[in-house]
Amino acid sequence: MADTTVLTLVWGAILAFAVFMYVVMDGFDLGIGVLFPMFGVGKQRDTAMNSIAPVWDGNETWLVLGGGGLLAAFPLAYAVIMSALYAPLIAMLLALVFRGVAFEFRWRDPGHRAFWDLAFSGGSLVAAFMQGIMLGALLQGVHVEGRAYAGGWWDWLTPFSLLTGASVVVGYSLLGACWLNWKTEGETQEHARRLMRILAPLTLVALLAVSVATPFLGNEYFQRWFSMPRVLFTAQVPLIICILTWRFIRSLRRNYELAPFVLTLAVFGLSNVGLGISMFPYLVPNSITLQMAAAPPSSQVFMLVGAALLIPLILAYTAWSYWVFRGKVAHEGYH
Amino acid sequence: MFHDADALLLARIQFGFTVSFHFIFPAFSIGLASYLAVLEALWLKTGKALYLDLYRYWLKIFAVVFAMGVVSGIVMAYQFGSNWAVFSDRAGPVIGPLMAYEVLTAFFLEAGFLGVMLFGMSKVGRSLHFFATLMVAIGTMISAFWILSVNSWMQTPAGHAINAAGQFVPASGWLPIIFNPSFPFRLAHTVIAAYLTTALAVGGVGAWHLLKDSRQEHARKMFSMAMWMAALVAPVQVFVGDLHGLNTLEHQPAKVMAMEGHYQSHAHGAPLILFGIPDDDAQHMSHAIEVPRLSSLILKHDLDAPLAGLDTIAPENRPAVEVIFWSFRVMVGLGLLMFTLGAWSLLARLRGKLYEWRWMKRFAVLMGPAGFIAVIAGWITTEVGRQPFTIYGLMRTAESASPLAAPAVGASLVAFVIVYFSVFGMGSWYLLRLMSRAPQPHEPEPANAPAHAAGITSAPAFTAAVGESRHG
Repeated sequence: MADTTVLTLVWGAILAFAVFMYVVMDGFDLGIGVLFPMFGVGKQRDTAMNSIAPVWDGNETWLVLGGGGLLAAFPLAYAVIMSALYAPLIAMLLALVFRGVAFEFRWRDPGHRAFWDLAFSGGSLVAAFMQGIMLGALLQGVHVEGRAYAGGWWDWLTPFSLLTGASVVVGYSLLGACWLNWKTEGETQEHARRLMRILAPLTLVALLAVSVATPFLGNEYFQRWFSMPRVLFTAQVPLIICILTWRFIRSLRRNYELAPFVLTLAVFGLSNVGLGISMFPYLVPNSITLQMAAAPPSSQVFMLVGAALLIPLILAYTAWSYWVFRGKVAHEGYH
Repeated sequence: MFHDADALLLARIQFGFTVSFHFIFPAFSIGLASYLAVLEALWLKTGKALYLDLYRYWLKIFAVVFAMGVVSGIVMAYQFGSNWAVFSDRAGPVIGPLMAYEVLTAFFLEAGFLGVMLFGMSKVGRSLHFFATLMVAIGTMISAFWILSVNSWMQTPAGHAINAAGQFVPASGWLPIIFNPSFPFRLAHTVIAAYLTTALAVGGVGAWHLLKDSRQEHARKMFSMAMWMAALVAPVQVFVGDLHGLNTLEHQPAKVMAMEGHYQSHAHGAPLILFGIPDDDAQHMSHAIEVPRLSSLILKHDLDAPLAGLDTIAPENRPAVEVIFWSFRVMVGLGLLMFTLGAWSLLARLRGKLYEWRWMKRFAVLMGPAGFIAVIAGWITTEVGRQPFTIYGLMRTAESASPLAAPAVGASLVAFVIVYFSVFGMGSWYLLRLMSRAPQPHEPEPANAPAHAAGITSAPAFTAAVGESRHG
């Protein structure tokens, strides 16, 4: 029994990692999509898009791993969550259709470039917003009876989920701006820096707002954060975020290129940890725990072998692919 | 008011619609990835620029197809849970790991090397670039392996037990689940179908350009390669399809009865119904044109063998003959036409007229999209033939769906239909436009090749890319 508990925790950790990787990797390229209309037509937009064209597909694969992994390791949670979040989920999937094809279609049809640019930015915006809404809707809890979702199809829509939706949009945008600051130069980079100065404080406000609202949603979140002696541990999270913020401001003043991106990723990482503190040991607040939703050990062990061997390999060749396209994206010749 | 039955029907339509649309793209990209690997290998081996031109020509088409496959595929990864929650909960412990393996072994591999394949030639050099192409091609194969294993398990479930929560779980090892009875046949049949689909599309494009200029060197090469493929693989497909059919007869007899249109049992040799009008309500085939005893010969290899009909199946377990009877005939009919094209091209080749015979070229153009239609028809045959079950014989479709209200599913279905038809419609139009332009000597790289300050930047390739982006 102890072994199966460990196994389930390991799978919980792997899925948390997949979600984090998704946010790390697709966050900035969705953010670039959100910011797209704020960049000039031509050189700036082409550069922004070219900086992610070779990697967006791999980035989105982490989303598929999140879905596939949840189905495999915690089928009950997958079934309940996906039907509870039906409307925002479908909206996100359709938004990803628009933005994904825009990478190719934009170049195939210069006559309709404006339309596909809109598809790219609108798709990115809606996808990011819906991901935030899904996060909020899950945090505030869904109505479960037996082994099934028992709520309506608009239950997800609350002020809190709108807040998390907006927060994710702002946060992804900051990641996108930081990425462009790192990967571009000249006027595109300067523009990205201006956006960073606006988006960084907005992200902080959003993070603060969500953090303050969450403990008051009920679902024992308050105890998980503030009960002794847990608070000694959980208090480190906002503390480190404060330190990261200070480093971020410094890196912005000194015009560092890579540091703001890495620091923002670290903030996102800590937000993930915070999410873990709020949720654990539940996958669906107050109704389905990791243990309850776990697939049998035979399924989890079978996949664990594959995950242990393949995830390091995937990280290796993904890193290689990023390394191949390292350095600044040039934009000469596009004007 | 809507009833549960409406929600169920809408969910089925939505799944069928999205999966059929999705399937078109991998059916093309599986074949195209392998074709690209062959072209690049030939280029590296012979050093002939012709192969590189063809590689780049088809690479641009591949990029568009692949993008559409990716975005329509992400939808599938989530739709199991969103619309088929009960199925996901109960079957998840068995099919989930197989799908997770698909992501880990195939999707990441394809996506990880696609960027280098599309944009990296000038950065990593020829051998590494070829390696990237190979990885993408192998990734598409691995993907087919896992997803068809999942599908086959739903058709011919094996190696499972049922736990206290009512979930399907592995009984002992994973091999009986992965290599369930219909899997080898389905895998072979589907991968060959993807190759054949690609060969016909490539051949159709080649023939189109040959009709305009029969001396066009690039068009000749692609047409010749495609016709070799069609001539060699179409007969193999007929053979494998027959084996697959016999396997289905063993494990899912009701599906074969519906394909054959056999409402009634035949004690002494069943006829092969070529055409007729099936009527499921009356369980009767009217206006049948049939060849006596041929069905028994094909299925049992004996003219007088008795053959059971749908009258031996409980009414609530019968699949819809009105759908499968037709879809099966569309698939087989197109398969025979493919066989004909292959044979015709062999004859022309023997006579040394492969690039001259205009009627054969016209036929090849006409057959360009035939693979896609056949693949969808085959898919409909096997999936509708599995009804009324999701897990054949064990779990009914009616008890698999999510507890969603009909308006929710109706709204999403409408959204899918509008978005898919407009977005993928535009995409298909871009594909046709790319195909309508003949491949050129010094074919440029994909238009949006990102140029980087670091690494080896190839100036001519970049200039070409810029020109391409301007002219589309």
